[in-house]
Amino acid sequence: MATLDRRQIGSILAKQGILIAFALFMIVFTIANPKFISIDNVFSVVRSSAILGVMALGVTFVVISGNLDLSVGSMMSFSTIVVLDLHDKIGPLLAIPAMFAMTLCLGAFIGFLVGYLRLNSLIVTLGMLSAIHGLTLTYSGGQNMDIADKEGTWFSVFGQGSALGIPVPILIFVGLAALLGIALARTPFGRKVYAVGGNGTAATFSGIKRARTVFTCYLISAGCVATAGMMQASRSLGSQNTVGQGLELEVLAAVILGGASLLGGSGTIFKTVIGVLILGFIQNGLLLVGLQFYVQFVVTWVIIILAVWLDIAAKRGKLFSHIA
Amino acid sequence: MKQGTLSKALKGGAIWGFIVLELVFFSIAGEYLSLSDKAFMDWENMLLLFKQSAPIGIIAMGMTIVMVNGNIDLSVGATFAIAAIILLDSMTWPIFAGLGDWVIPLAWLLALLVGTALGALNGFIVWKTGVDAFIVTLGSMLGYRGIVFMFNGENPTSHLNWTLVDFAEAEFLGFATATWFLLGVTLIMWFVMARTVHGRNAYAIGDNREAAVNAGIRVGPHMMINFAIIGFLAALSAVVFYSESGSVNPNDGQLYELWVITAVVLGGTKITGGAGNVIGTFGGVIAIQLLRKGLGHIGADTSTVNLVIGLILIAVLFLDKQLNVKGKEELRV
Repeated sequence: MATLDRRQIGSILAKQGILIAFALFMIVFTIANPKFISIDNVFSVVRSSAILGVMALGVTFVVISGNLDLSVGSMMSFSTIVVLDLHDKIGPLLAIPAMFAMTLCLGAFIGFLVGYLRLNSLIVTLGMLSAIHGLTLTYSGGQNMDIADKEGTWFSVFGQGSALGIPVPILIFVGLAALLGIALARTPFGRKVYAVGGNGTAATFSGIKRARTVFTCYLISAGCVATAGMMQASRSLGSQNTVGQGLELEVLAAVILGGASLLGGSGTIFKTVIGVLILGFIQNGLLLVGLQFYVQFVVTWVIIILAVWLDIAAKRGKLFSHIA
Repeated sequence: MKQGTLSKALKGGAIWGFIVLELVFFSIAGEYLSLSDKAFMDWENMLLLFKQSAPIGIIAMGMTIVMVNGNIDLSVGATFAIAAIILLDSMTWPIFAGLGDWVIPLAWLLALLVGTALGALNGFIVWKTGVDAFIVTLGSMLGYRGIVFMFNGENPTSHLNWTLVDFAEAEFLGFATATWFLLGVTLIMWFVMARTVHGRNAYAIGDNREAAVNAGIRVGPHMMINFAIIGFLAALSAVVFYSESGSVNPNDGQLYELWVITAVVLGGTKITGGAGNVIGTFGGVIAIQLLRKGLGHIGADTSTVNLVIGLILIAVLFLDKQLNVKGKEELRV
């Protein structure tokens, strides 16, 4: 076996840095508190990260295609409110597809603006963040939404149920991650997403329909948001209008932590899942060792910047930027 | 007429045209829809509008130079909250006891210093690590907000100093203190951006960073100074606002970054950097505040305001794209 030189070590660190950091993190916290790695704790962390995680899966597509989606938080509030409202009006069996259709319409609108009209995705989704929030408030009249019969509905299965001993939110998260992971890594569509994000002009010249690819990415994102909204609604069976507020940035943090570049063209579903888990376990681990709840935000800040910095530093071969 | 002059004039004047349109619309619609019998274009009402624009407006001036510079700052809302807490809490510190009202300038200075330092920290990280400003400030938005919550949990931090309240509520030549700060900051930032080497370099860096590096401009320090400026202005905004209100919630300032960016973009600053000015931003700030006030005047609630502002932002972006002559040469797909 050949010995690894520094360069190879550097490249391994750069490629798998986030996994190594995750492993180190888990080991340190397990030593600090053995309960950390227990099945119960792991389940509870993954379960509470699942909603954020499902949204992050969709945003991964958007980010790889070279765009941003800041509207997922308020879109999630929208789908949560809509499905709760329709649940009592037309029953859960019809409410879920109706809510999916409405959320997908929003996604299609964003996809049309960013994909076909080629407007800047940051500003468009910023505008949509505000607009969808307004839409949600108009829809609900500013009132909290609650299901009348909380005991008798089977709708709670998506957020509270479990199958084969595994909580349903985890099953949805893992299942969707597998599905979208395959779509991104093993299908022609996935290749197009990377191509469009890596170099849009080159992709266009090789006959890839850029607009349609971006449009589809936003549809996928909206679909994930609708799923997350369904899980959120099902978990609490009642909701405020602002349930998803601020989630867009946490989702983005998870995706970036997983190593996707905001410039597009890089990132994988697997890495995003790692990013989501890191955020979830940081929160949980810091609480278990007895630190204040809010310390996690500061730690997340440091970790995000370190992760992205080391990633960039490994690529350019220098720790500090060349900017004078 | 040179090609592009018309579209340039249209773009430059668009925000002021929009403001006039809003004024006319709300004046007429207000006649029929308003619940109060006061006219919308009431002088008192307009003075109040300027005052209410100040918190967002002061930060927006800093965001203009940061965005012209090709960066963005998402952490301003959290910086705003930290500065407010420093201001109100430091006035109760035992070491400052016995100073009487002299504690006020000290508290102001402290809050402004902390804001400047937090901004400079963002700039330093962007400079040295080469990580995109969006990611750096997204991280510090979480981090700074965490610090705010660590300070006092979910409880508000309050301290009322009546001398300070009197100062904040004072009026000079009809304008409130906050309005004067907004006007002063706008004037100074206009001077910095249009009449100084630093301002010119900020445009150059935002337009083409590589070219600026090759031209020998020290890109890093300029970016750091701009982040320090926006940190200072976020703190100044907090200081002016909380001198009057005297109580800060740990959630205060949340979503400010979105309002500020909306105002700056409405004012014609390019999100990719290199173009924009504070006069346009001033228009953007006034336009947003008019819209909020006007919609309130004709009886619409906050939900409509959010909806309308979001859609207007997108419409402006769309129009900008259509008016952009360069866009026609772009690859049409």
